[in-house]
Amino acid sequence: MTINLKLVLPGAALAFVLFASDQSGSADDRRAAVFPRQSFQAKLEYCKTCHGLSGQGYYGYFAMPRLAGQQPKYVENQLRAFIDRRRTNPVMFNVAHSLSPSMVAALAAHFRDLNPKPLGGAPREVVATGKTIYQEGLPDSNVPACSACHGPEAKGQDEIPRLAGQLFSYTVKELTNWSKERGQGSESDTSALMVPTAHNLSQSQIAAIAAYLSYLP
Amino acid sequence: MERIKSKIAMLAILLAAGGSLHAGETLPIRNCTWCHGTGAQGFTTAPRLAGQRQQYITNQLLYFYRHTRDNPLSKQYMWPAAENISPQIARDLALYFSALPPRAANDGDSGLAARGKEIYELGIADSNVAACVVCHGPKAEGVRQIPRLAGLTDAYLRKRLEQWSQGFHATAELMPQIASTLSADEIDALASYLSFVK
Repeated sequence: MTINLKLVLPGAALAFVLFASDQSGSADDRRAAVFPRQSFQAKLEYCKTCHGLSGQGYYGYFAMPRLAGQQPKYVENQLRAFIDRRRTNPVMFNVAHSLSPSMVAALAAHFRDLNPKPLGGAPREVVATGKTIYQEGLPDSNVPACSACHGPEAKGQDEIPRLAGQLFSYTVKELTNWSKERGQGSESDTSALMVPTAHNLSQSQIAAIAAYLSYLP
Repeated sequence: MERIKSKIAMLAILLAAGGSLHAGETLPIRNCTWCHGTGAQGFTTAPRLAGQRQQYITNQLLYFYRHTRDNPLSKQYMWPAAENISPQIARDLALYFSALPPRAANDGDSGLAARGKEIYELGIADSNVAACVVCHGPKAEGVRQIPRLAGLTDAYLRKRLEQWSQGFHATAELMPQIASTLSADEIDALASYLSFVK
């Protein structure tokens, strides 16, 4: 028996409209029914709202950094730093406060396993210079090779962050303002190590390194 | 001869875009300000275009043309309006409107503005509401393809957030997800606050 689409489709469309537009219940009810607010899935979506649907970062008015492939220990340290105000960011302060330690661990593990392509977009002409600085450092300026700690492929390890694929303007901002923005570390957060290194880099060197890193897979 | 040919070409293109011209008018702006108000400051349901991000306007015209921005008002008014706008005219219109000075609507509930500002700048971490400021900017002016929200009418802003949480324009970047995290009170507060931002 063949189905006469002319008869079936309007009915199907009507049924779809009736179900799709069921507006009964408040937004709160609808939300809670789909994801309990404190659930992992809800928190994960929340992170991805700003940090990119695959954790690749996002260029809004501000650059929200890539979390995909990031070292979990580093993520945990930064969330702690936001809470302790060793890293100043009013939005992340509130976000970090809303996450339990086990939630932090679960989110960090999830992002570690994501591997989207880098957003790119940085100026290409300085990438070669950036690669040289990354791999060899600047002995005359007392800048060690970044690769010595961050790894030859900039994947990081333990509390040392992955830099590969990080957003260009985010990296530039962090290196430029390291002392002001990043403050001091803790026992497990060694970010104070970056103070002299960041200080010894010129603005154009920072841009070169950041551009090189932004394209690394 | 060249000048006459290019004038005829311009006239032909503009007449194809719809609407007649006044002397000196090179873009069919009146087709837009008819609904969007003189000076493109908005009129009833048609939002302010003055001072809006150029890339945002261009994109919306494309979404109207493709029918992906599909809420009932867009469908009724903007789908026909976008039918005959070529990509070049869309870009030129967007550039023109983006350069006009915006005015704030100032028509929200001032009693809700403080709460709206708090949500705008900090989000609500416990209910997974993102801080609008990180994309839309400290003065809600937007950037690149992310729209200016400052000074839009309370009613328009409220409607947009409601439309996304109702499932319209499901392919819009991020906003359907974000709007679905907001309660009705939070939407009211945000819309009120933003209508006052200059």
